[in-house]
Amino acid sequence: MLVAGVDIGSTATKAAILDENKQVRALSLVDTGANVVRAAERAFQEALRRTGLEAWDVTFTVGTGYGRYRLPFGDLQVTEISCHTKGACFLFPRTRTILDIGGQDTKAIRVNERAEVTDFSMNDKCAAGTGRFLEAAAQVLGLELGELGPVAAASRKPLKITNVCTVFVEQEIVMHLARGCPVEDVLAGVHQAIAGRSLGLLRRVGLEEEITFTGGVACNPGMVRALEERLKLRLNVAPESQYIGAIGAALFAWERAAHGEAGRQKNTSCAEAGTGPGGG
Amino acid sequence: MSYSVGIDVGARMTRALLLDGHGRVQGRAIRETGARLELAAQQVLEDLCGNYRVSRPEIVYIASTGYGRYRVPFRQIQITEMSCHAVGALWLFPRTRTVLDIGAMNSRALRIAPTGRVEAFRMNDRCASGAGRFLERVARSLELELEEVGELSLRSQDPQPISSICAVLAESEVINHVTAGKSVEDILRGAHNSIGERLVALVRQVGAHPEITLTGGVTKNRGMVRALEERLGVQLNVSPHSDYAGALGAALLARQRWLRLQESAARGRLQSCEGAQTAFGPSP
Repeated sequence: MLVAGVDIGSTATKAAILDENKQVRALSLVDTGANVVRAAERAFQEALRRTGLEAWDVTFTVGTGYGRYRLPFGDLQVTEISCHTKGACFLFPRTRTILDIGGQDTKAIRVNERAEVTDFSMNDKCAAGTGRFLEAAAQVLGLELGELGPVAAASRKPLKITNVCTVFVEQEIVMHLARGCPVEDVLAGVHQAIAGRSLGLLRRVGLEEEITFTGGVACNPGMVRALEERLKLRLNVAPESQYIGAIGAALFAWERAAHGEAGRQKNTSCAEAGTGPGGG
Repeated sequence: MSYSVGIDVGARMTRALLLDGHGRVQGRAIRETGARLELAAQQVLEDLCGNYRVSRPEIVYIASTGYGRYRVPFRQIQITEMSCHAVGALWLFPRTRTVLDIGAMNSRALRIAPTGRVEAFRMNDRCASGAGRFLERVARSLELELEEVGELSLRSQDPQPISSICAVLAESEVINHVTAGKSVEDILRGAHNSIGERLVALVRQVGAHPEITLTGGVTKNRGMVRALEERLGVQLNVSPHSDYAGALGAALLARQRWLRLQESAARGRLQSCEGAQTAFGPSP
């Protein structure tokens, strides 16, 4: 038996396939782009290809992600908050607080010892403190997203970024560079600014250890360091941080499948399952 | 001739305006601000001198304003954007009671008394939501020039709502609309409406008393003016000098300052111009 979870993010779409022992069999990631349904389909197919099995081997598929653009994918839709919690508590069972920094929103989630969500706080009105903020900085500095963390790590004297708005920060970066500030100091400042915003969000739900960091931005070691310095705590960061939402979705699928429910993938193609009526 | 100059170093453009000894507008110059603010200020001053055949010593007083007003080393004085836009708007439209200045990064609404005193002031300075940058980002994501988006928006039949307040998140929304096959005109109208909503809220906070005068670079965008007029239900004052209102106000205040200095000197109370400047003391 296989189950799948697909997390449609604003930037990347992730798929996870688990087997009957809850072992991760395959992960995949594609750019979401403009066509959300197609991205979900591509991520799912890619993960499937890696397992070497066929769509009908997948008993149940759960879709999650992307706030207001949520589209039906798979047999059931579960909110990102539930999926991130499920995934984070599966990988780190002692998790009490989750920080999820994605492309367009940042969430702080508080969970109890039974892995139930007790509170959450979210920044989705504005790109400040999200992955977009880092993307904007990377663009102004002419760097790839993957280079940001390592470059910032070289900073000796991080600069204080005074603006909150991503658009204003772009201008601030240009000004700092024009004055001859080293790129690494500017970038370290950008990471600290996001850490500051995240801290505010975490405090709203209450900071309780252990804290698990999820979402695409958790792949940035500079961001992990900036947060740990600011919180003066160690964060749980899994190598598959970016896939935690998808893994959580797959775990929900596993629960359904274990109760004997079967999704429609058995007799329809995934594309039909994704776009057809009553997907949820 | 004794000329005075106002230099408005904005987030996107730097503008300079030249007034002659009689207080008449003699010339204007504009450059992109870029990252080197001092250079942009220097260049617009040189442009004025070159284009209008004014020698540098004939310029007796220079006032700087705008986001980079402290970065104009050759200024005699720096003045807040608020004062400059109030003075500039009143000069353009003497019955102005409300000024809405829409810049690239900041938007501000002022309520001014008939005497020209600023009575209330509200500003959107923490986020680009109600400012020109929002349109710049939308134009960029549609691969259009900023100068054409206003006209295009006027041709919309079915405006598409942009629900994000954030300029960065609105970009993704624009891309989604494009993917869904919506027309560029309809998306642009939606973007103008979105900024319009934010600006109208700002203007209402200071009372929105007529007449309302628009100033700042975004006033050249007819789509923006239309979106605002539809929402406010009144006609708005826009002049060909509206985008220079900050520089104009600075030049007018520079001239006023110069005349007062001359007066004091003539009265013999003070020995020299430098003395006069210290006698005026630091502005609050």
